[in-house]
Amino acid sequence: MTNTEQQSFPGQIHELPSGGIVLSKLDDIINWARSNSLWPLTFATSCCGIEYMSVAGAKYDFSRFGFEVARASPRQADVIIIAGTIVNKMAPVLKRLYDQMGDPKYVIAMGACAISGGPFFYNTYSVVKGADHVIPVDVYVAGCPPRPEALLHALISLQEKIKSGLTREQIKTAKV
Amino acid sequence: MTLTNEFIQQKLEGKFADQVSNFILHYDILTFETPVENNLKVLTFLHDDAELGFTYLNDLTAVHYPDRIGEELAVVYMLQNIKTSTRIRLKVFTPIIKPDVFTASNLFLTANWLEREAYDFFGVNFVGHPNLIRIMNVDEMDYFPLRKEYPLEEQTRIDKDDDMFGR
Ligand code: SF4
Repeated sequence: MTNTEQQSFPGQIHELPSGGIVLSKLDDIINWARSNSLWPLTFATSCCGIEYMSVAGAKYDFSRFGFEVARASPRQADVIIIAGTIVNKMAPVLKRLYDQMGDPKYVIAMGACAISGGPFFYNTYSVVKGADHVIPVDVYVAGCPPRPEALLHALISLQEKIKSGLTREQIKTAKV
Repeated sequence: MTLTNEFIQQKLEGKFADQVSNFILHYDILTFETPVENNLKVLTFLHDDAELGFTYLNDLTAVHYPDRIGEELAVVYMLQNIKTSTRIRLKVFTPIIKPDVFTASNLFLTANWLEREAYDFFGVNFVGHPNLIRIMNVDEMDYFPLRKEYPLEEQTRIDKDDDMFGR
């Protein structure tokens, strides 16, 4: 299935004279439901947060993809979007937020800072050089800051990743 | 009586004579120095005097001048008279091997956090401060990052033009 194709309900319709029945796997249905209702954590640490807010706003509007229920508590969130620089002092906080999120949980690293330390990579005394030193990341979005469209694409990529049904470990070790 | 720079300078020199020096106008703000042990006397005078009335500490920071041997660290006080919006800047210098400066936190409540910041980044020891611990950086840090003791840019890189990167 390509990116542009309409993603329909997983399974096949089995036509019968009296109507159809859908044959599917429970795992697929769970992943389908899960991917279409991801609740993000309200979390932003610097300038990328402004783009994140604009994605939440009316113009780009991530509610079109089921991300609109931003939660202020990690215990209710499914995905954490690391929007901004992570400094050494913030690292234990980020780890704790991640630990408090209920499984299944997903992580998007938004912007150069969250990917690698970005503009603060050289000679820094305070910046973590990539949030994946602290918590595992599912999707990376390049940019400083990334355009809202790029974040939307990352959110859709995450949905596809979930729909594919593989765990992070399975994806890592998958034979392509 | 308007609060002109000349008037402020006259008042200070009338009170402290040669203990206040180097009056210059720096970016439109009257700047002067006093020996480090005098800082509280001068600040208290500026704060309490009815005509001066510098009751608000805008900012407090430190500067490292590696070339000023024996007085490498400067502590800078930015004061404001709220009523007239007049601002002045006071500098005191202290040696980096024993950077002791009396705390202004009993005079200005703002000085509490600002002095912690100056301690955090420059290691200025504010004598008498109620809680002189790091405020921005991680507690485990064992150096003062904004002292000019570290190379500005990685010295091994040859792809960057020195003139552009202040090396
Ligand atoms: S990647 Fe750029 S825009 Fe994003 S937080 Fe870092 S410096 Fe700011």
